[in-house]
Order: sequence, then C-alpha cells, then structure tokens
Amino acid sequence: MLFELNEVSLTRGDRRVLDALSATIPAGATAIVGPSGAGKSTLLRLLNRLADPDAGAISYRGKPLGEYEPLALRRQVSLVPQLPALLEGTVESNLAYAAGLAGKELDAEHCLRLAGLDPAFASRDVAKLSVGEQQRAMLARALSQEPAVLLLDEPTSALDHATRDAIEATLAELRRELEISIVLVSHDPEQARRLGDWVVRLEHGRAIEAGPIEGVAL
Amino acid sequence: MSTSIHLSPGQVAASLALVALAAAISFWQKADLERDIGIATVRSFVQLTAIGYAIKLIFEADTLWLVFALLTVMVVFGALTARSRAKKVPGAFWPLLIALALAGSTTLGLVVALGVFEPTARYLVPVGGMVIGNAMTASAVALNRLGDEMIDSRAKIEATLALGATAQEAAAPFVRRALRSGMIALVDSTKTTGLIFFPGTMVGMLLAGASPTDAVRLQLILLYALLGSVAIAGLVATALAYRNFFTQAQQLREPGAPAPGG
Repeated sequence: MLFELNEVSLTRGDRRVLDALSATIPAGATAIVGPSGAGKSTLLRLLNRLADPDAGAISYRGKPLGEYEPLALRRQVSLVPQLPALLEGTVESNLAYAAGLAGKELDAEHCLRLAGLDPAFASRDVAKLSVGEQQRAMLARALSQEPAVLLLDEPTSALDHATRDAIEATLAELRRELEISIVLVSHDPEQARRLGDWVVRLEHGRAIEAGPIEGVAL
Repeated sequence: MSTSIHLSPGQVAASLALVALAAAISFWQKADLERDIGIATVRSFVQLTAIGYAIKLIFEADTLWLVFALLTVMVVFGALTARSRAKKVPGAFWPLLIALALAGSTTLGLVVALGVFEPTARYLVPVGGMVIGNAMTASAVALNRLGDEMIDSRAKIEATLALGATAQEAAAPFVRRALRSGMIALVDSTKTTGLIFFPGTMVGMLLAGASPTDAVRLQLILLYALLGSVAIAGLVATALAYRNFFTQAQQLREPGAPAPGG
C-alpha cells in the first residue's frame, strides 16, 4: 500500500474536518472525491505532512509518516495546490529552485514537455502566464523534483473545458511515461472515472467508500 | 558663545498657542483629532517632565547602573509598544524585546568602544533613547509588514514548503520585504537630511548655542548610529518573528493558533 490511514481526525477551530477517517491508497492513480467541505484537500495535505492529524495514524509505504523527515518526504511526495502559487521570476527559475531543493539536475525542457508546455516557456515571466499555463508550470515544477508520488488538489478546477481536457491528457501521459503514483482530489466524479483506477469517497470528514473505480458508485 | 539655554515655564506655555491652532484647524476641518491633540499634549508634558527629572537624577548620580536600568525600561516599553503594531505576528513580544536590546547594546557598545562618546550618563541616556526609539519604530514597521505578508502569501509559502523547502527558505522573500520596509524610512530621511528637514539634535545644539560644526558632527554620528541600530533591530526582529508562523515540522501554523512564547 502506498498510504494507509487509520482513524485519522483533525479539528480546525470548532470544526471537525476529518472524523476518524480510515482508508487505503494503493500505488497507481487514486481519486479522492466528495462534496466541498468533505475534507478532501485537508486529507491531501496530511499525506506530505503540510499538516499533521490530531489523532490517528498514517503510514507511507508501510512506515509511519511521522518517522519521515518532513522535507525529504515532501520532495518524494509532491503536492500541487489547487491555485497556482509560483515564485516571482521565470518558469525556469521556479523549476531550478524546486530541482535544487531535491538535489536533482534540472532538465527544464523535459519537465515542461511532460507538463504539456512548450520549452519556450522556460524564459517566460510567471506573472505573465494564464492560469492554465501557471497550473502547468506548477506541475512541471513538481516534476522537476522527480517525485514518486504526485498529490494534485483539484488540478483543473480553475480552468475551462478545453484546458481541463488537455491537463487530463497530460496526466494520463505522465502515468504512461513515468513510474509515478498520483493522488488526485476532484469534486467531479467523471474526472475521477477518467483519471483514477482507485477511488476514495469522503463525506463529512469520513471515508464512506474506497476501492477500485469500477466497484464504487460515484 | 553660551553653551546652555534657559527657558521659563512661561515660554513653554506660550508655545501652547500652536497646539490651540492645531486643535482649531482640526475642529474647523472636522478632522476629529481635537481629543487626540489634547491627549498628546498632556501626555508629552507629563512624560517629558517626568523623564526630565529622572534624567536629572541619573546625571547627578552618574552611575552606570542607573543608566542601564533606564535603558532597560525603555527597551521593555519599546517592545510592548511595537507589539501593539504587530498584532498579526504571533508571539511578537520576545523577538521585539531581543531586537531592541541587541540594537541598543550593540550600537551604544560600538560608539563607546570606538571612542565616539565617553561611557557616562550624559551621553548614554539621550543617545540610548534615540537609538532604542528608532529601533522600536523600525521593528514595529517591519513586523507589521511581516504579518501582512505572511498572511497574504499563505498559499505561496505553503506551495514552497510543499516542494521540501525549509520554513526559512519559504519565508525568505517576505522576511526580506519586511526588513526593507522597516529600514527604508530612516534610510530615506538620512538621504534628505539637511535638505528637507533638520534633525532634532542639530536644531537643539544650534539653539543651545553650540557651533554649527559641532552640531553637524554630532548629528552625523547620531544618524550613522541610528542606521546601524535600525538595521540590527529590523534584522533580529524579523529573523526571530517569522519562525512563530511555523511549526517544528516546517508547517505553516493555522491562523490564530497559539504560538510558542506567547
């Protein structure tokens, strides 16, 4: 199993965001679905320790998440947030920064192509990109770290249909080309069906269903 | 040329005419500042009179312990005042206290060690007051900005943490901007000094009958000392305070979560 979550709870203020959630996430492509406010994004942030649960246990490849050094874990399990948040500068400087953190040699052209961007984007100022281009640049930045797992938080929610289809095609292509697992948060059951082979359905902070995509009612 | 100046209480009272003018303008233009002008006038009178007597006692006693005690009180009150401007920074008091104490002690220590001033109450008290006061303003502005930056840029900071950057790396651009905004006012006013405004020390010395050369030299020493102290205070305050936005596991704290150290 890639991730195992056992009775995971998290409270923010007086709201119980995750409520004794238990689920397994295998290697491959997993879609986390559910209505807004169900705790999907929070769950994703727990998987690379951007936050820690108040109670319960999470393990990654059989080892408790708490035993991983958070920085090393995040370079292996890379999260791409819902809204693009690039650093000031060019696309390439963003990629170089991320690759440097992970101690990887940067092949900007390769990363941009994987993310569906023309290599000419390398020298573009991130402030001048469209949201869709920024989202792809975020994906390219995460890929420059050569992660084992990509955590994608609603990767297409801010985009129009055509751009959404293009990003979905890119993700499918990524899975064919790289030995990479994807955990994707989506509020769209159709997208989950298109991209996932495993699904975890959340409601009110609990996993009410989990299993192969064919067997889960979406 | 006389090196001292004597002013009667009547002369001070006469200058109140300008306070009345300020209040009248506020009333006429409905700026709604009359009450604040009144409070400011009374407070400045009470505080300066009290500190005047305190300084007189300290000058007469001429022991460094009293000087040290007075400067310590200034540092503590400075940190408390600056904290009220840095409400968005969790646990801002300790970073500010350490920043002001370091800025004050380093700056005074250096000017004494370099032989600029003798280590006596006559020099240390007024110079210390200026140094700590300016350090307070700079660190308050810097932390005020830091609080805004860290909250507005939450998404960007977390996206950087998500790449495996340390808290320090993720916060660096915002810490830099905060430090800059803390220092910029003094740097700018130092650039224009003598052209657009005459600094207080020089004006005071000229009024007291000192030669313009002496007045200028002393003012330059103070300006340069202030630049140093403002840089130290801004650097220390921001370098310590940004940490309170993060947990040990290099996570951004939830807004409103309790910070270490209160």
